[in-house]
Amino acid sequence: MINKQMMTIVAKDDIAKDTIEMKLLGSVNLNSAEPGQFVHINVGNSTSNMLRRPISIADVNKDQQTITIIFKVIGSGTDQLRKCVIGDDLDVLVPCGKGYPIDNLPATRALLIGGGIGVPPLYYLAKQLHEKGVEVTSILGFQTKDNVFYHSEFEEFGSCHIVTDDGSYGFKGYVTDVLDNENIDFDYFFSCGPTGMLKAVSNKLEHKKGYISIEQRMGCGIGACYACVVPTNDQSGGFKKICKDGPVFRVNEVVL
Amino acid sequence: MSLQINLPGLALKNPIMPASGCFGFGREYGEVFDLNQLGAIIIKAATKEERYGNQTPRVAETSSGMLNAIGLQNPGVNNIIDNELPFLANYDVPIIANVAGSSVEEYIEVTKAFTRTSTVKAIELNISCPNVKEGGIQFGTDPELAAEVTRRVKEVSHVPVYVKLSPNVSNIGAMAKAVESAGADGLSMINTLTGMQINLSSKRPLLANKTGGLSGPAIKPVAIRMIYEVKQQVSIPIIGMGGIMTAEDVLEFLLAGANAVAIGTANFNNPFICPEIIGELPGVLTKYGFDSVEDAIGKGHEHGYTYLSRT
Ligand SMILES: Cc1cc2nc3c(=O)[nH]c(=O)nc-3n(C[C@H](O)[C@H](O)[C@H](O)COP(=O)(O)OP(=O)(O)OC[C@H]3O[C@@H](n4cnc5c(N)ncnc54)[C@H](O)[C@@H]3O)c2cc1C
Ligand SMILES: Cc1cc2nc3c(=O)[nH]c(=O)nc-3n(C[C@H](O)[C@H](O)[C@H](O)COP(=O)(O)O)c2cc1C
Ligand code: FES
Repeated sequence: MINKQMMTIVAKDDIAKDTIEMKLLGSVNLNSAEPGQFVHINVGNSTSNMLRRPISIADVNKDQQTITIIFKVIGSGTDQLRKCVIGDDLDVLVPCGKGYPIDNLPATRALLIGGGIGVPPLYYLAKQLHEKGVEVTSILGFQTKDNVFYHSEFEEFGSCHIVTDDGSYGFKGYVTDVLDNENIDFDYFFSCGPTGMLKAVSNKLEHKKGYISIEQRMGCGIGACYACVVPTNDQSGGFKKICKDGPVFRVNEVVL
Repeated sequence: MSLQINLPGLALKNPIMPASGCFGFGREYGEVFDLNQLGAIIIKAATKEERYGNQTPRVAETSSGMLNAIGLQNPGVNNIIDNELPFLANYDVPIIANVAGSSVEEYIEVTKAFTRTSTVKAIELNISCPNVKEGGIQFGTDPELAAEVTRRVKEVSHVPVYVKLSPNVSNIGAMAKAVESAGADGLSMINTLTGMQINLSSKRPLLANKTGGLSGPAIKPVAIRMIYEVKQQVSIPIIGMGGIMTAEDVLEFLLAGANAVAIGTANFNNPFICPEIIGELPGVLTKYGFDSVEDAIGKGHEHGYTYLSRT
């Protein structure tokens, strides 16, 4: 169930170019939060930034009751969030959406593919999979060296391939190039990133079982306003709400 | 303090209701608070057949508001009656059904279907959706067409009909008078103002539909002015809306002449906004010297019903 709570910023770090990691301390129990779910943050006062901003849950610390978010400053809302300091309270809806359904999957070897600001939710996923004894391999793509974050964090859970568009860190190229070049053995894949990347990954791994997480501009964030719909892929004329039915979907479940 | 208000077909515990399209069919908000607290619920627009609506992006943020172009996505009136109304019937809250259409016949069909149910206590006739090309809005901008659709819907409706006016007109009073004389039991105003936002990097309108409806605090002064103006020209009750964020805003609408209010965009900012405002309203009424909601209605007109100059 979604709670609206005031969460206190207890840590804040710049971890890459325009990329900030924040730890938020909850006042309501956070144990139910799953990898792939998001928080919907009120970044303004009552008249500026009317719409909340969806940011993925990048990690949960159940002992300390904190969640970690990682966001990139791309506009007014994330810039507002960047200005918040340790000790500030944020008005947050948590947890929103449906995460990666890992509890019900017979996965033994997982491949995680993330691009840019799609990397954060995969961290908590990697951690959870690792805890369940699933072998984790990650491929993370960034624009340039300045944008890379969490390389060593992902390596704690298994091998991690980094690619950059210009080759300034790791391999030069796209995440799909790693799929071509390395012979990675896996039974399920999990991906989050820009739509172009998700399309390329879904096409390349067409015959594999996997889950992807997608983004859309949101209004309510809880399934009431129909701002964030995406058509389903089954020709039924059906649709899903990304904020409530997603943001995680089975690969090919919805039209990218 | 009494927050009760009686309107045609609607015995309201308090004058606060969520606005159409901003509350779905109540299920999601029903998970976060007890819907029994609400004065009424206006459900999302219904058309005869299922509609998918517009392409995404469908919403964009603006200064003090937002643009939306959902495009009347809904499962069609029969699905709403079968799958959504039974859930809402569990609550002791009057349901107002928002009816949309692209022809007079469609408005009639949808109204007929709703008035066969016992759950729907009033119709909100949506002749003002700016986001669908094939209709709706022309009924909202031409007084004769508005009167025609109102009259025809009134003929078939067993429950009171509130006509939802569009602010995208130059003479709102003429629209209000036209639907009043066609038999409207009440008015609901305002719907969204048409607007656009252009994205600098893509150099294209941000919304896939290009234009959208502006809502939120940005439109509140427009809503207040229109309600004030219409109040002087009609005698049917008004459900006021447009940018309400606080109990003080509600009082301002009452002073302008609204008998009850609907809250839209603010639900997205704060899902608990309706119950919070209901809780704060008595204090705000007392602060400004009122003993009840009824007491405050129209009190912004103390200086007489002189016509506003129209510039
Ligand atoms: C489920 C989900 C999870 C996300 N997780 C993360 C994350 O972990 N880290 C991160 O940095 N970003 C994440 N995003 C993207 C993030 O929400 C946007 O970058 C952010 O809302 C931009 O806001 P802004 O005001 O800075 O930008 P502006 O462009 O000024 O925003 C204006 C409006 O557009 C919306 N918007 C802009 N870009 C996006 C986008 N890509 N997706 C959805 N809405 C957008 C904003 O919410 C706002 O309503 C996620 C998005 C979704 C839908
Ligand atoms: C996302 C969204 C969807 C809406 N859908 C409808 C609708 O289906 N029918 C309708 O009559 N009005 C619709 N409206 C208009 C609102 O009911 C209301 O008239 C308007 O938003 C002004 O109130 P607000 O500023 O409190 O949002 C919608 C508004 C928004 C923001
Ligand atoms: S954002 Fe409102 S339905 Fe998804």
